[in-house]
Amino acid sequence: MDLDALTGCLSSSACLVTQTTSGLIIGMLLFLVAVGLTLIFGVLKIVNFSHGAFYMFGAYFAMTAYHLTESFALAMLAGAAGTAILGLIFERVFMSRVYGADVLMQLLVCYAFVLIFDDVVRLIWGPEFKSMGMPAAFQVMPLFIAGGVVPPYYLLLIGVALVAAIVLGIGLSRSRIGKVIRAAAHNPGMVSALGINTGLIYGGVFALGGMLAGLAGALAAPVRSLTPGMGFSVLIESFIVTVIGGMGSIVGALVGALLIGLIRSFGSLGFPLFTEGLMYLFMVIVLVSKPTGLFGKEAA
Amino acid sequence: MTRTRTPGISRRSTLALMGAGAMSVAAPWVARAQAKTVKIGMPTILSGRVAQLGTSSRNAVMLEVDKVNAAGGLAGRQIEMVVRDSKGQPQEAARVARELVNTDGCELLLDGEASSGSFAVHEVARDLGVLCIHTCSEASSLTADPKQHIPNAFRCVRQGIHDSIVGGSYAAAISKAKGLKKWATCSPDYAYGRDTTGEFTLYLKRFAPDVEVISESWPKLFQPDYTEVVTKILQAKPQALYSCLWGGDLTSYIDQANIYAMFTQMEVFAVNMADYTALTVVKNLPKGIHSGNRYIKTYPSTPENAAWGDAYKAKYNEYPTNWSWQNATAVMFLAEAAKKANSTDGKKLAEVLAGLTIKCPFGADGTVTMRGDDHTLVGYAIGWGTTIPQEPYVPEVKAGDWKTIFELEAEWKKSKGYT
Repeated sequence: MDLDALTGCLSSSACLVTQTTSGLIIGMLLFLVAVGLTLIFGVLKIVNFSHGAFYMFGAYFAMTAYHLTESFALAMLAGAAGTAILGLIFERVFMSRVYGADVLMQLLVCYAFVLIFDDVVRLIWGPEFKSMGMPAAFQVMPLFIAGGVVPPYYLLLIGVALVAAIVLGIGLSRSRIGKVIRAAAHNPGMVSALGINTGLIYGGVFALGGMLAGLAGALAAPVRSLTPGMGFSVLIESFIVTVIGGMGSIVGALVGALLIGLIRSFGSLGFPLFTEGLMYLFMVIVLVSKPTGLFGKEAA
Repeated sequence: MTRTRTPGISRRSTLALMGAGAMSVAAPWVARAQAKTVKIGMPTILSGRVAQLGTSSRNAVMLEVDKVNAAGGLAGRQIEMVVRDSKGQPQEAARVARELVNTDGCELLLDGEASSGSFAVHEVARDLGVLCIHTCSEASSLTADPKQHIPNAFRCVRQGIHDSIVGGSYAAAISKAKGLKKWATCSPDYAYGRDTTGEFTLYLKRFAPDVEVISESWPKLFQPDYTEVVTKILQAKPQALYSCLWGGDLTSYIDQANIYAMFTQMEVFAVNMADYTALTVVKNLPKGIHSGNRYIKTYPSTPENAAWGDAYKAKYNEYPTNWSWQNATAVMFLAEAAKKANSTDGKKLAEVLAGLTIKCPFGADGTVTMRGDDHTLVGYAIGWGTTIPQEPYVPEVKAGDWKTIFELEAEWKKSKGYT
């Protein structure tokens, strides 16, 4: 424990800026993965254990597109669009068969695909780790804001994630499609009786969730090394986020992810050997005081 | 749907398992008649996160075995390699090693396991008495600790303590020249990371007593994101940073530290940087990272070493790794020992191997020695230098001095109660 370092940091603007942005970066990437997870659970009532694989595919798609085209924008697009298509196919061909089945069955299907997807990556891209490389446009000196260090790439990353959060939030609450999705989550039988193709809605939501995770993977690709199985650790943290925020709540995912990010960045100063533990401890506290998560609704 | 079968192992299958176990004990490998070929068993890591290292070990062994076979084999017998995947799990490594000897009839073992698995294979060698050469484990205690010593096991690998002594003295010299007093460390949180970092700072402080470690970070092994660690180190404002992160973790770390311009703010000493697996993967390798030599074909800068690196690349279309040269050297030792003993008998080979010096492209002076008293490799090329982003990656390597290494190693052994 190193509380001096923590209090020292809290009283210095430079440290505060650096650590807060570092927390936001970790949190925002986590949010993109977790929000897909929570969306899929909210509408499809499925805990998608294979969600980390979409993060992984997003990173690999982005890397391949970047190495082929040298274009960062196309790389992001490839990461997001590729995983959206993959998500749609995965949902229509496999997941749609286990709706309403035993939870254990759903879990087994997902887990099987965790292993299969890892091996597919190994077959296509090889077992060794890869690196996408930072695009030249972002190979610049970091910005110094109030003495704190902020890399420009991370500003972009936070911005993209924030836009995704806002579009998602407004889209779901205001647009017609959003209303249909929410209705389908609430009462799929009635929605279907009104002549709306719920299969399409389910496929679309799954594709959207996959796309967000893929976007997170694509955004992370320039700074994280790519290996088969890279989705797993992200998945675990995403679960912590959804549990803290409340399963099915988008605001919850955002708040949960940012809290985890900040706990990691400030925890590594004050409790360098207990940073991981802090996340779990926080999860336990939330679960004990509010078992449905911070923004979760009470079960009917 | 209901199932009546109870889970777990039934009594019948337990009996069958016990029977199989008894059979393998009752059929010892020594009883086999000498076949025309000599089988060498090799457990190594061919799947999972470090599969690349295991594959590069197998490749290097095959490269050398082909040469030995073309030249007539081991004492007239052609070598047949039996390489098995241990998945990097110690219990699996031990099982595979035992099976290679008992079931496949391997007469010798090359243990291509990382430190965790090598101790397990070592126990199998102790139990079966088969000649075993460890080719990948750098953990010093494997040979330094007299409790581990057995006459039939050797280690043909660089050793953690040697690296720490050379790294510590190299870093201390630079510290003194540039006035680097405040140091930070950032290494993976497991035995290798803790031990190596501890030994490095021990020798750094010994050679440069006014050095102070002001910040330590211990990220998890295979952690995807190091941002909080990077910013923590930036806050501490050290003048130099030591890290023994390796492989994908090291490249992630470099990518993430790079955008914080960390490499312009402090001298970075990353012992595992100068390995082709990391050098060729990092897209924007910063100039001037200090690193120990793992394997590069330009050090030692001899035609033999360059030719070996090129031959490997020509055959496998990638550069060899640190594990490659060690495995190749083990085969070279076996070939030379078999020639001297004119036999492939494990006991006779072991007698010749202890204290044997051979010509080798990876030797500091063109030769390497299997030290007689603790059965470990000495005299290999060891040094530190700074990186540049393109080949030859580490243009100049400052060689470690083996005389100093021997002195300090003896002292270290005494302090550990090993001698």
